[in-house]
Amino acid sequence: MADFDAVVVGAGCAGSVAAYVLAREGKSVLMIERGSDAGAKNMTGGRLYAHALRAVFPGFESEAPLERKIVRERVSLITEDESTTVEFASPRLGEDEAASYSVLRGPFDRWLASKAEDAGAECIYGIAVEDLVWNGGRIVGVRAGEDEITADVTILADGVNSLLSEKAKLAKRPAPHQLAVSAKEVVELPEQTVTDRFQANPGEGAAWLFAGAATHGHVGGGFLYTNRSSVSIGVVATLSDLCTSSTPVYQMLEDFKNHPAVAPVLAGGRTVEYSGHLIPEGGFDMVPQMCCDGCLLTGDAAMLCINLGYQVRGMDYAIAAGRMAAEAALEALDAGDVSAARLATYRAKLEDSFVLKDLAAYRGFPAFMEGTPRIFDGYPQMAADIMRGLFTVDGSPVRPLKGTVMGPVKGMGVLNLLKDARKGMKVL
Amino acid sequence: MREAAVNVDEKLAVDKFEVDEGNPHIVLREEPDPAAFDKLVLCCPAGLYRRDEEGSPSFDCAGCLECGTCRLLCGDALLEKWEFPQGGMGVSYRYG
Repeated sequence: MADFDAVVVGAGCAGSVAAYVLAREGKSVLMIERGSDAGAKNMTGGRLYAHALRAVFPGFESEAPLERKIVRERVSLITEDESTTVEFASPRLGEDEAASYSVLRGPFDRWLASKAEDAGAECIYGIAVEDLVWNGGRIVGVRAGEDEITADVTILADGVNSLLSEKAKLAKRPAPHQLAVSAKEVVELPEQTVTDRFQANPGEGAAWLFAGAATHGHVGGGFLYTNRSSVSIGVVATLSDLCTSSTPVYQMLEDFKNHPAVAPVLAGGRTVEYSGHLIPEGGFDMVPQMCCDGCLLTGDAAMLCINLGYQVRGMDYAIAAGRMAAEAALEALDAGDVSAARLATYRAKLEDSFVLKDLAAYRGFPAFMEGTPRIFDGYPQMAADIMRGLFTVDGSPVRPLKGTVMGPVKGMGVLNLLKDARKGMKVL
Repeated sequence: MREAAVNVDEKLAVDKFEVDEGNPHIVLREEPDPAAFDKLVLCCPAGLYRRDEEGSPSFDCAGCLECGTCRLLCGDALLEKWEFPQGGMGVSYRYG
């Protein structure tokens, strides 16, 4: 008999939710996390679209460590010192199913893991799982140092840089164009200062995404999220293109922090943490095989993430996928059959839900981003040229509006613009 | 390649690390591929892959943020070993 019904590797969003659901249904669960506590190795931009969390914890808002409710969305195209911004503010962004919150993974993941623990899961921290235990072709547990722990089902939720999914022969090593690296700082500011600088109501805040100079014109972008008494600011750059840059990613972040659109927001703040992380941005085509005999793959380890430039999602997919992995494991455990064929209901659940429906719907988007360098190096300049023409009054005789707008557009090439717009519409 | 003006070590200095002295979790090959090394000079968020003024490469895994960029970008061309630090060691994010 196995030591546990299920062992879960990794106490992030997917792992803790999977452990919680299994424990709640009375299964014996062990969750193993290599960090000294849940969240110690995790980082987000970040914003959590809360619908998936609500499905597991209907009352989460009264207890989860959420930073601010996001009710203001900004997207900016920036050149070295100019910015063109679209802003949308709406109380409806904060309503019920549509609510989203900025979070910090340290406190958030600790809370989520405590829910699993309260439900009866055993959680151990500071132990790194190094390998899987096999019985023939079936995964029957994990190995950490000299210890072997056996389980009927092993759930791998060990993140984007998953060594175990390769060992389980479920995933191939992702390609550089499917991965982006992020560098982020948490900059501490008084709570009231954050509120004031973003014209926010108490407890509410903004999400702000940037394309252009944030990554020195390379594929990727910048982000800024308001936390309760800090802001998270960072850059994300696709590895295959970052390689061709002349500037290291941490210098890009520093330059971004000094951009005139950003610097006043950070003024007087103190950096309390610097972090780096990979993001799986290849979309549907990089989703690996998700189960084999005795084992399921979930969260970032299953590459469930989308970056549309104006919308970045991963944690809601991880929470939903963690829940569905647990539900598939429950059914398999109750049926006394943990074969790949039985566990395949996990994939079916994901396909039936927004998780794989979304990824399939945006399947062509990663290639579009990568194949349209003008988004990052071209359109930000064009937008600035148009806006500068519209808003500059310096006493020289006015030019016809048509010229002011069409000049920069012609510079870019009307056909290029139409082509890119058409391609963009097609993949969205 | 443009010289980095910011001192990434100062950024890392605010982070909490438990360094596993004498037990590096990343080991470079004897003769790392120079082109692969240069990719990581740009892509490693902790700036652990460096070239000095004469252009000679240096690497130290203390300060590693454990993102896996070097493993996934240049693993075969560059690395002898890439493991996670022992449990509880390495970076511990307090905010994340």
